[in-house]
Amino acid sequence: MKEYCAATRTHGGRSTPDLSDMAEVEDTLKRIQAQHGVIGTIVVNGEGIPIRTTLDNSTSVQYAGLLHQLTMKARSAVRDIDPQNELTFLRIRSKKHEIMVAPDKEYLLIAIQNPSE
Amino acid sequence: MRFSFKECCFKPVADEPDIEIEGSLVHKDSEEGQILCAEKEVGRKSKTLFSCITTATQTTINPPREVACQTESQPLLVNYSATANQWEIYDFYQEELQKRTSSTKKDEKENEIAEGAEGVHGNLSLLRDFTDKSDHDLAMLSTAAKLLEYAVNENINGDIIADFKHFEDEADEFRGDKGTLLPLWEFQYNKVKSLPVSALCWNKKYNDLFAVGLGSHKFTELECGMLLFYTWRNNNHPEFLFNTDSGVMCVDIHEQKSHLVAVGLFNGNVCVYNLMAKGDQPIYNSMASSGKHSGTVWQVKWWEDDLYGNHTFFSVSADGRVVSWTLGKYELFSTNIIKLPPMDKVPDDLNNVIVTAGLTLDFHKQKPYHFLVGTEAGKIHKGSTHYTRFIKTYEAHFRMVSCVRWNPFNPKVFITCGMDWRVNIWDETTDSPVFTFDLKSSVMDVAWAPYSSTVFAAVTADGKVHVFDLSINRFEALCQQRVVSTKRHLTCIEFNPVHPIIIVGNDRGLVISLKLSPNLRKNPKEEKGKEPSTGAEVEIAKMEKLLILMR
Repeated sequence: MKEYCAATRTHGGRSTPDLSDMAEVEDTLKRIQAQHGVIGTIVVNGEGIPIRTTLDNSTSVQYAGLLHQLTMKARSAVRDIDPQNELTFLRIRSKKHEIMVAPDKEYLLIAIQNPSE
Repeated sequence: MRFSFKECCFKPVADEPDIEIEGSLVHKDSEEGQILCAEKEVGRKSKTLFSCITTATQTTINPPREVACQTESQPLLVNYSATANQWEIYDFYQEELQKRTSSTKKDEKENEIAEGAEGVHGNLSLLRDFTDKSDHDLAMLSTAAKLLEYAVNENINGDIIADFKHFEDEADEFRGDKGTLLPLWEFQYNKVKSLPVSALCWNKKYNDLFAVGLGSHKFTELECGMLLFYTWRNNNHPEFLFNTDSGVMCVDIHEQKSHLVAVGLFNGNVCVYNLMAKGDQPIYNSMASSGKHSGTVWQVKWWEDDLYGNHTFFSVSADGRVVSWTLGKYELFSTNIIKLPPMDKVPDDLNNVIVTAGLTLDFHKQKPYHFLVGTEAGKIHKGSTHYTRFIKTYEAHFRMVSCVRWNPFNPKVFITCGMDWRVNIWDETTDSPVFTFDLKSSVMDVAWAPYSSTVFAAVTADGKVHVFDLSINRFEALCQQRVVSTKRHLTCIEFNPVHPIIIVGNDRGLVISLKLSPNLRKNPKEEKGKEPSTGAEVEIAKMEKLLILMR
């Protein structure tokens, strides 16, 4: 399923960021937040500090710190098995919610959704 | 005395003395004894063996001195820990390689910046030059944000995806030959509720991406148009969005270069968009070219590349011409291929003024220089790019022909549909249709299924989708299902090239995807003992059998 996404697909290839991309990302984040069942979204920087969030501060910091470490570990595991491979997405499904993490070169995008609705 | 073991007793031995001890006593009467006595009286020292003097020597003793050495105090201890994983080693080697190859390039300035950065992902240090750091960094997240949106949508549409992948309607066994269509995703872009869908096209390379052209051909409605690209991973928001200044009437995506999209507009222009380029503007627009159409462009179709490797597409329009456009370096070059013959009712001197609109065009699958054009007079003309006149004309419908398509397998068969409520299937060698179906309402579009030469589907203005399989039932549809509410028309239909789903568009900008139930996808029963066979030859043979039957 994921083989189509922008990293490998030539359609969405962008080499340098600019303002229109930034607006696009903002738009996308707003849409995700407005989707059915989404509890919150967090953007985490390279040190595990949330830079943009729709949840309260303490929850964001907790999620950011824990998921940052977990993503590093997961990324390390994937690349250890095959160094040419890369982690593209991480999903943790629990009884109550699903946590989705999209790692980027330096950042992490986290979304928490309640999938059963 | 000696002990004799023979006799077990001591026996005296005469010659040898028993004990001998050396001593220093001398007998008084011996020679030496007398000398010693005489010396003793005189009191003089004489040399004898027993008087000696000890002399000793001693070297000079140096006083002891301590010598020690001490190192300089240790530098500050810093704790360093790292892991040497396979990927760290690999990354390091890649960086080295890059450094070596980039040192031969001319941009050394960039190199200096890159070398000053720490860590593996050093090129992000370029961003530190920007003042508004946090916002710009966010722009790099577009990929990640997209992935996240897909995942969120996947959760919301989880049951639809499960249906798409696994649901096979078991009630089909009890329905005889009939089948049903299961509605899956719905795609509606909020801002275009009033524009009808005028064209649909699947992308051959990425099977979940399709193009939707929105535009109206009625003068009373809005003048603008839109080109949207949707994927079923995200049915809320289109992947690509282009605004056009005039209604989009037709869309075609190039088969190999699937980022090239040709669009025909209501005002007679044709444009080519490149999905890989940024921006809202087409890369080619026929506004500036001479030879542009003076009437609505009803159909565009990509063709083979010309001799020089330039991409070419054909367009047919309301001004009665079939024009081929070649993508030059900066602009489109047009070539008139053929002009549609005038309608019967038009007097000869008005031939150039009152033109016959061409409404639909299709290229032959195996012989790409053959094509079919459908006109508003209800005729189908078979032409070739080699000749300037039409090879053959078929009297297809009483009213406008809305769609003509060649069969994907059988090279002789094509299907047409028209506003006279009819769907006709033709053998190109005969003058009258092989099959005719009356669908009780204007047929807006028809499409062959890519998996079988005898299956096709049609949409009508009363909101129904009709699916036929000629090898199972030659007279009536296997499925006639209403897909939208009665007030809405359905305007387009397309089969997905790989999956058993179809998309239909209605006149309010809504695109619905439907899954075909198993009855609609059946292969005809083979004789016992034979394996079920698939492939183009089988499909051709199937159709041939039917044609022979009908003759």
